[in-house]
Amino acid sequence: MDLRFRGAQPSQEERAAVDDLLGPPATAWEGGARTELDLRMAARAEEARDLLLPALHAVNDRIGWISEGALEYICRRLTIPPAEAYGVATFYSLFSLEPRPQRVLHVCTDLACQARGAQVVRDRVEERFGPPGKDWHESPCLGMCERAPAALALEAGQPHRAEVYAPATPETITTITGAAPRANGHAPSLEVAGETPVKEAVPQAGEPGLVLLRRIGVVDPASLDDYRAAGGYTALRRAFELGPAGVIREVLESGLVGRGGAAFPTGRKWEAAARQPDHPHYLVCNADESEPGTFKDRVVMEGDPYALVEAMTIAAYATGCAKGYLYIRGEYPRATARLQHAIATARSRGLLGDDILGKGLSFDIELRRGAGAYICGEETAIFNSIEGQRGEPRSKPPFPVEKGLFGKPTVVNNVETLVNVLPILERGAQAYAAAEPKLFCVSGAVERPGVYELTFGTTLRELLDMTGTTGTTRAVLLGGAAGAFVTELDIPLTFEGTRNAGATLGSGVVLVIDDTVDLRRLLLRIAEFFRDESCGQCVPCRVGTVRQEEALHRLSRRVDDSDLVLLREVGQTMRDASICGLGQTAWNAVESAIDRLGVFNR
Amino acid sequence: MIPLQPPRRLIDVQIDGEAVRVPEGSTILDACQAAGKDVPTLCYGDTLTPKNACRVCVVEVEGARTLAPACSRKAEAGMKVGTDTERARQSRKVVLELLGSSTDLSTTPRAAEWTAEYGADPERFGDDAATVAQPAKVDNDLYVRDYAKCILCYKCVDACGEQWQNTFAIAVAGRGFDATISTEFDAPLTDSACVYCGNCVEVCPTGALSFKTEFDMRAEGTWDESKQTETTTICSYCGVGCNLTLHVQDNKIVKVTSPHDNPVTKGNLCVKGRFGYGYV
Ligand SMILES: Cc1cc2nc3c(=O)[nH]c(=O)nc-3n(C[C@H](O)[C@H](O)[C@H](O)COP(=O)(O)O)c2cc1C
Ligand code: SF4
Ligand code: SF4
Ligand code: SF4
Ligand code: FES
Ligand code: FES
Repeated sequence: MDLRFRGAQPSQEERAAVDDLLGPPATAWEGGARTELDLRMAARAEEARDLLLPALHAVNDRIGWISEGALEYICRRLTIPPAEAYGVATFYSLFSLEPRPQRVLHVCTDLACQARGAQVVRDRVEERFGPPGKDWHESPCLGMCERAPAALALEAGQPHRAEVYAPATPETITTITGAAPRANGHAPSLEVAGETPVKEAVPQAGEPGLVLLRRIGVVDPASLDDYRAAGGYTALRRAFELGPAGVIREVLESGLVGRGGAAFPTGRKWEAAARQPDHPHYLVCNADESEPGTFKDRVVMEGDPYALVEAMTIAAYATGCAKGYLYIRGEYPRATARLQHAIATARSRGLLGDDILGKGLSFDIELRRGAGAYICGEETAIFNSIEGQRGEPRSKPPFPVEKGLFGKPTVVNNVETLVNVLPILERGAQAYAAAEPKLFCVSGAVERPGVYELTFGTTLRELLDMTGTTGTTRAVLLGGAAGAFVTELDIPLTFEGTRNAGATLGSGVVLVIDDTVDLRRLLLRIAEFFRDESCGQCVPCRVGTVRQEEALHRLSRRVDDSDLVLLREVGQTMRDASICGLGQTAWNAVESAIDRLGVFNR
Repeated sequence: MIPLQPPRRLIDVQIDGEAVRVPEGSTILDACQAAGKDVPTLCYGDTLTPKNACRVCVVEVEGARTLAPACSRKAEAGMKVGTDTERARQSRKVVLELLGSSTDLSTTPRAAEWTAEYGADPERFGDDAATVAQPAKVDNDLYVRDYAKCILCYKCVDACGEQWQNTFAIAVAGRGFDATISTEFDAPLTDSACVYCGNCVEVCPTGALSFKTEFDMRAEGTWDESKQTETTTICSYCGVGCNLTLHVQDNKIVKVTSPHDNPVTKGNLCVKGRFGYGYV
């Protein structure tokens, strides 16, 4: 391919940011100094498209935005046509291609925060700093719903920093520039400014009988020794005893199904991938957690990072993967720091890399950060994102186990799904299945919001008895923005139980709405979320989500039957004809609110 | 005759209750065509791998949770396909409404016919419905990009990029409803990598990309396809021998296309064949 550039130059600082990631350029073809040798040989850099997203991050993290000169330099270094790189950079909401302040505040205006007064915070921020767009943005769910309303400041520099405001009050966010926060995540605490101890997100922390949450708030997340002393790496040893096929057999027998939302049997996925003759196989851990109301994966990663490293190692062993990608959402600075630390420590102690535990297993993990795109959590969009393409879902078939990342057989699993494999191997499939644990993200009008671990079969009412509710409960949103509202509290929190109630367990969201919440406004926020997050590929979703939002605006002013008919027709078309789950579920919550809560009854 | 490829296995599928036999690897659309069914398509192109983005071609496959895009879903043995079911028609209708309400379809062949056939009413979303209306980009003398007519079918991007031209002058930028076809930083085409092969114009299904001559004549009101003749000849610029179809109105060449069934060029040309007609 013949690249053509417009000749914009990077600044010293931009060039340094890219070179720190990629190393200095080898030849003039990659944007280095021109030597005589270069003129004599037509060397061309190898295409390294998959480094595009990390390179964009490098510039955006250091400078705060990506100039044309910086983008051109990245394109030269990686042999990428500038139009394509521009298309990728403009896909992600955390990147800016226009100058902006170094520090940008992201104020969550999403569902759980809206149920806890985010509007007041947002309005006060606007009063003080003017309309959103430059110094501050309205943000979709930041995954800190247990401390709603939340805000997150991201500050470019070397190092770049983050500061958490949760709960944010109109008083706490006094300045956008703020006091210079500490650098993210340095040992031993691996903290981010403004964060609270992760155990505060786990009301059950330290209680006996916990399975997935047993180490959270109990064990130092920075210490591999503590992890091992608390039972870490016994599952991997057991895996080596069982052999890859034996591990898959246990997982199949346990009945484990995916916790990322689609509830697909994990053992079957692993079995299908392991069987593929094409190589290499890849493992992708989906830690993009962006479904509004979901924060369980963050809590697991922050509180027990080695568990995820161990679980990924086991998955890789069972399915024959030498390389795993951990794709973590860009707005999770503390989880990112703790996992980076855990991966590096595990590597230095022979638990990642070649010949793990002397068993001949070779496996390593590369952490990749998302950059603000809910759609990249979709299991094929995540591949495109890692490969340096726009994060658009692919059409299936072919399925990931046949042709996934880089066109190779790929296992993609959610964080919670993976950590379940540890107790399956530690206890045996049968003992595990007898009391199968599930995490729930409880937020909204409750006394003790947070991540709860229950065994399958507990009812919604029992869960709410544990969390306590505030005000008069009007409805519960199960499964997040892609889920549905329910009013019946005696439904068992199982995949079948929620399905029978016309809802979904989804990613485990339990968002309690009391009678003070303006439901029409909440629906508008849901519609806005899907409009903002649609990748734009297919017509039903790209235009349908816009028409849905427009109709809800009209309906919240004046209820008109033709708009209700319109919503249903557009909704059904999004469900039937969209490419991926985003468009297919974009009408679920709105439909349930109309049918079950009578939001637009006159 | 000796077949060039080993014969493909044939599979049986049912289209609207009618049995058809197609070679393995065929799409549902191929099977529909074999059965004589007219399924609307927009982002499908005979010379490209479809992105299956427009969804006007959706059909109902028995047993499937969602509708399937006929243009890209492979036919499977025993598949039962409904091309004209209530559910498929309803989705097509709404997709046409969504497109018609947001995009100028006035130069999209058959759009008006389908809108009538499916009873689509793009006006139903009201006067305030968001659109992609924007001024046409006229930044060179050869062709115009009028993205108010763009349905984001990805065909131009695929033709310019890895499927044909390998130039990568344009890509999809932005996300969701704000997504557009763009050069880097929305630079004028003259600053971009574009080599003016016009292969993007060749595949554009809506007229969003058009010859400057066509664009200007439409603006003047002189464009009249009924007065045009088409002559296919061989390009004389080089020895490759590409086919050119010259579209002539009032003794003037008004645009140049190339037959898609040419086994070598498949409708693609270079700047000389496409735009060098000033010298013919
Ligand atoms: C729009 C969309 C967003 C998604 N986001 C996530 C996510 O953030 N994390 C996740 O694990 N799964 C997400 N999923 C589900 C994945 O597509 C996939 O089913 C899952 O990662 C598979 O892992 P599991 O079988 O372990 O659940 C999303 C799906 C869709 C359609
Ligand atoms: S349904 Fe929406 S998010 Fe999914 S591919 Fe289509 S436009 Fe993109
Ligand atoms: S004219 Fe050719 S090079 Fe230019 S954008 Fe179109 S396909 Fe690409
Ligand atoms: S300009 Fe034409 S070919 Fe390109 S995406 Fe738009 S409609 Fe399709
Ligand atoms: S952090 Fe605001 S809704 Fe989740
Ligand atoms: S023609 Fe099939 S999806 Fe566009």
